[in-house]
Amino acid sequence: MRLERRDTPSRRAALLAPVAAIAGTLVVASLLVAWAGAPVAQAYWLLLEGGFGSRFAITETLTRATPLILTGLAAAVAFRARLYNIGAEGQLYLGALAAVAVGGLHGGSGWAAPVWLLFPAMLAAAALAGALLLLGPALMKSRLGVDEVVTTLLLNFIVLLFVGAMLDGPMKDPAAMGWPQSVALQEPLQLDRLVERSRVHSGLPAALLAALLLWALLKFTTHGFEIRAVGANARAAAFAGMPVGWVTVKVALLSGALAGLAGAIEVAGRAGYVTLDMSPGYGYSGIVIAMLAALHPLGVVAAAVFVAGILVGADSLSRAVGVPTYIADVIVATALIAVLVATLFTQYRVRWAGSR
Amino acid sequence: MTELLDLLLAAPFWISVLRVATPLILGTLGVLLCERAGVLNLGIEGIMVAGAFAGWLAVYAGASLWGGVAVAAATGGLIGALHALLTVSLALSQHVAGLGLTMLATSLASYAYRVSFPKVDTPPTVEPFAPMAWLPIPVLGAQTPLTLLALLLVPLTGWLLYRTPLGLALRTVGENPAAAEGQGLSVAGLRYGAVIAGSALMGVAGSFLTLAAFNAFFFNMVNGRGWVCVALVVFASWRPGQALAGALLFAFFDALQLRLQQAGSGLLGVELPYQLYLMLPYVMAIVALVVMARRASTPQALMKPYRKGER
Amino acid sequence: MPADHPPPPVLRLKGITKRFGPLLANDGISLELDRGEVLALLGENGAGKSTLVAILFGHYVADAGSVEVDGRTLPPGQPRAALDAGVGMVHQHFTLADNLSVLDNVMLGTESLWWPFSRRDAGRRRLLELGMRFGLAVDPLARVASLSVGERQRVEILKALYRGARVLILDEPTAVLTPQESDTLFATLRQMVAAGLAIIFISHKLDEVLRVSHRIAVLRGGRLVAVLPTAGADKPLLAEAMVGRSVEMPRRAAAPARQGAPACELRAATVLSREHGRGRPLLDAVDLQVQAGEIVAVAGVSGNGQAVLADLLCGQVALDGGSLRVADRPLPARPRAFVHAGVARIPEDRHAVGVVGDLALWENAVLERYHRPAYARFGVMKRRQAMAAAQALVERFDVRGTEAAGVHTVTRRLSGGNMQKLILGRALMAGREFGATPPLIVANQPTWGLDVGAVAYVHQQLLDAAAGGSGVLLISEDLEEVFALADRIAVMHRGRLGEPRPARAWTLASIGLAMAGGGQRQAAATAVARS
Repeated sequence: MRLERRDTPSRRAALLAPVAAIAGTLVVASLLVAWAGAPVAQAYWLLLEGGFGSRFAITETLTRATPLILTGLAAAVAFRARLYNIGAEGQLYLGALAAVAVGGLHGGSGWAAPVWLLFPAMLAAAALAGALLLLGPALMKSRLGVDEVVTTLLLNFIVLLFVGAMLDGPMKDPAAMGWPQSVALQEPLQLDRLVERSRVHSGLPAALLAALLLWALLKFTTHGFEIRAVGANARAAAFAGMPVGWVTVKVALLSGALAGLAGAIEVAGRAGYVTLDMSPGYGYSGIVIAMLAALHPLGVVAAAVFVAGILVGADSLSRAVGVPTYIADVIVATALIAVLVATLFTQYRVRWAGSR
Repeated sequence: MTELLDLLLAAPFWISVLRVATPLILGTLGVLLCERAGVLNLGIEGIMVAGAFAGWLAVYAGASLWGGVAVAAATGGLIGALHALLTVSLALSQHVAGLGLTMLATSLASYAYRVSFPKVDTPPTVEPFAPMAWLPIPVLGAQTPLTLLALLLVPLTGWLLYRTPLGLALRTVGENPAAAEGQGLSVAGLRYGAVIAGSALMGVAGSFLTLAAFNAFFFNMVNGRGWVCVALVVFASWRPGQALAGALLFAFFDALQLRLQQAGSGLLGVELPYQLYLMLPYVMAIVALVVMARRASTPQALMKPYRKGER
Repeated sequence: MPADHPPPPVLRLKGITKRFGPLLANDGISLELDRGEVLALLGENGAGKSTLVAILFGHYVADAGSVEVDGRTLPPGQPRAALDAGVGMVHQHFTLADNLSVLDNVMLGTESLWWPFSRRDAGRRRLLELGMRFGLAVDPLARVASLSVGERQRVEILKALYRGARVLILDEPTAVLTPQESDTLFATLRQMVAAGLAIIFISHKLDEVLRVSHRIAVLRGGRLVAVLPTAGADKPLLAEAMVGRSVEMPRRAAAPARQGAPACELRAATVLSREHGRGRPLLDAVDLQVQAGEIVAVAGVSGNGQAVLADLLCGQVALDGGSLRVADRPLPARPRAFVHAGVARIPEDRHAVGVVGDLALWENAVLERYHRPAYARFGVMKRRQAMAAAQALVERFDVRGTEAAGVHTVTRRLSGGNMQKLILGRALMAGREFGATPPLIVANQPTWGLDVGAVAYVHQQLLDAAAGGSGVLLISEDLEEVFALADRIAVMHRGRLGEPRPARAWTLASIGLAMAGGGQRQAAATAVARS
């Protein structure tokens, strides 16, 4: 089997690709559901309904999608510059911790400052924390040639342990009866609910705004131009005079900041305090979302909603027919691989050995 | 301070060092084989989880311990074949394919475990490998046979790579695939072989956790050890002998932090949060990468997909 | 008595056809090759020669046609089968693993992969024998990365001989050799032919083809347009067959040198190697001056420091000693500083360094100057202005291939010649801030891999720019190009630049000698005297 590059990307394949990917994913998921002993068709119905089928479902999905949009954007901008940021999980947690450090009571900043000062400070702290965390691996890559995938991955483990140490120690909430959770954010700093009697909070429009801004940045500004050029061919970009090292740093700061913000917004919008399990892998899911969206910022929004829907639907599915919730992760991972393969066929056609 | 020295000189410490090192040796050798052929296999974390689960499940279902190991190897090889399909035949990004497979393998293993054992409070156990009491060597005799296998694989891998025609072919494919192609070899075939063999080793590394180190399957069992292996390969400059040294060094620090934790403030004189000790191995792995960064002689064709005959 | 039949041809190609998308690279080519014969495959760049031999060797599968060795058809697409049948190939871009030894590279694939032992001693002896027999001496245990280009070519030939090749294909072998080394190669070829080998010699250089071959096959536009015995052929005939029309190759008319500050001046410029600590000098006390309006060429075999010189003059490498002044100002080692100073830079590798293939044509047109006030304000790009500038470039420099999408064409899809025109246009139009033409043009192998029409175009542009007042530094391994364009020529050898002499003062023999390192006064000697 050989791959031959097409001269013009096939229109037909471009439309069929996502369909084929979804179909492939559904097949795999069906097998798994059947193995768990649940009726397949009903399971799909429950999944869809659980994700999108009711007011409650939709608001839950949108709530889950909020941090996913941000981690998806973080991955998308980094991958565009070929900076493989796998550390969004750690950046998210560190951002959440920084937010609580600035805006929390008893063990937070303790500032008696007005909200309009404290709230942006909180967000800025989170963004800064995430940005600085990614800066290290980015510099190691550009100065020393150390592969950033492994360093960002290992940092996730380190950060999580650090957060655990903080939650057990200096930032522990004394009123939490022994559970390791942080001090809570001051009430006025927590985000409003967008829709009553739901958990959707004003972090969602913020995330959407971020997506829009990132899209505009990439398409219309010199910074976006540099990011795209460096990601596509760093040697040519360097020859033309682009400051490749600087661009990598800028991208790292931006990507880390987005992930850190995801942490801050999750804290401010949901529980109000940090726990060790506040993120069920949002950082890693963000990578999948970015790939599903072909690294396009606006596509990230759609992909985030899709993945959030699957996650929420799987919860509901698990409650109803006892299919383990891990099926959501399987579906998401399968979708990633399926989309990669399907997209490949828009650019290449298959030639079998020995044929004309 | 003398307590620290006592600890370091006692046999039980080195026994645990060797035990901790075993999955690292196997995993690092697996990554080494893949990368020597030019393929970065980031599926290792997922393959180790899948191998751990599959091997354990086989034994739980009645297979012998070595049968379980074989199942784990086969599972690893299968995932490796999928990785090779994505990255060699389809030339997809090796980073993304590997990460995707890790996510897939991990979630599949977790799903399968939950489906097989829906309501359990304590994880079901199997009878693990017994220490090799028949071996008269001090620290080694307290290990399980898989450790012996891992140690034997080191010189075996070295001999394969440097003294056989197959090893030469493999190394060339990782340096300049066109050179191999020009001598009539199949780049794809060699890469498939290397990735499948390497992934099988990774599967065995996983099975060590459930069949020797412990006797049950836990979620978060592998806990980043796969990524440490990827870092160790760089530290080892892609040489089997140095891989062994790196694995032992890392295991030394890992075993040390465990002892320090257990001893509390006794050894160091100050109370530190236990998380700090747990961080130590990961920090060491990053330091190892940085230290070896400039000096490593990376296989020249690593991570570059080879498309035959593309203009 | 049965009649004497002539022995069958050792190699026979029948009706080979190959398409790459819309491009018909080979169109029904049929050829025969006899034992003990040298067949030259002549054609300009892009005529289909490399494709044809790649099909022969099994790297590509032909769409139609077959290859027969000794009457037996080869299975297509399998280099293994070609090797086993006795076909060996010396590729234009060497297929050697740099980090492995010579012996490793030669023995690769010659022993069964299932056998656990490698017979290296026997291999080493056989290699030494072959080397002595054919005059191709190389140290079997040397690491390939440490070999010179000429030595690497010897390894490539030995690879084929080690496997008992009966047909040897050499793809543009003299591109990387000095004239004297080429002579040695021809002598080796004669020895091999005397030993019974058949050779296919690919080249676009008429002199060589006439010297070394028994028969000549001419390819043009993918088709075999002529097969003739070498005796009786001459250059005009071959040139006409190769190109199909008479292309006027631009030549430099004598021009008075301008006075005033030189466009570019290097004094004792030294760049040290960064490998294994500060090591040997890659550029060793180089002195060079390019006046406005003159064309200075740096000739030499690849690997003697030309790449470093080019990098230095494009702002990518810093000096470790000496000075560099452009338009009488020193410049920091940053490409952007050179862009701002008006240096027009044409890199050696247009695909990997010249353009970002995945971006649109207009984006590559402003790749060097997107941040200037003309194309951006407060960080926001003025897309319309940039696209307009790109459109003007496309029209003025005749960049083809943009019919479908205009300036939004994905740059990767342009042909080599059109991509080079884009790069040329980008470099030359940039100088408009400084007058009609840029003060300095640095052109590194500007016509490598281009067909005759594109080569003529590029040459004419360079000549026009020089006539308009630009100083042109041409770095080229193509001696024909060097002699066609240059006012003064200097030769580079092992990081040292010889004294530049007027083009008329060089002969092929003297320049070949200089390229091999002998017979010229080093400019460095005068530098030492000065200090």
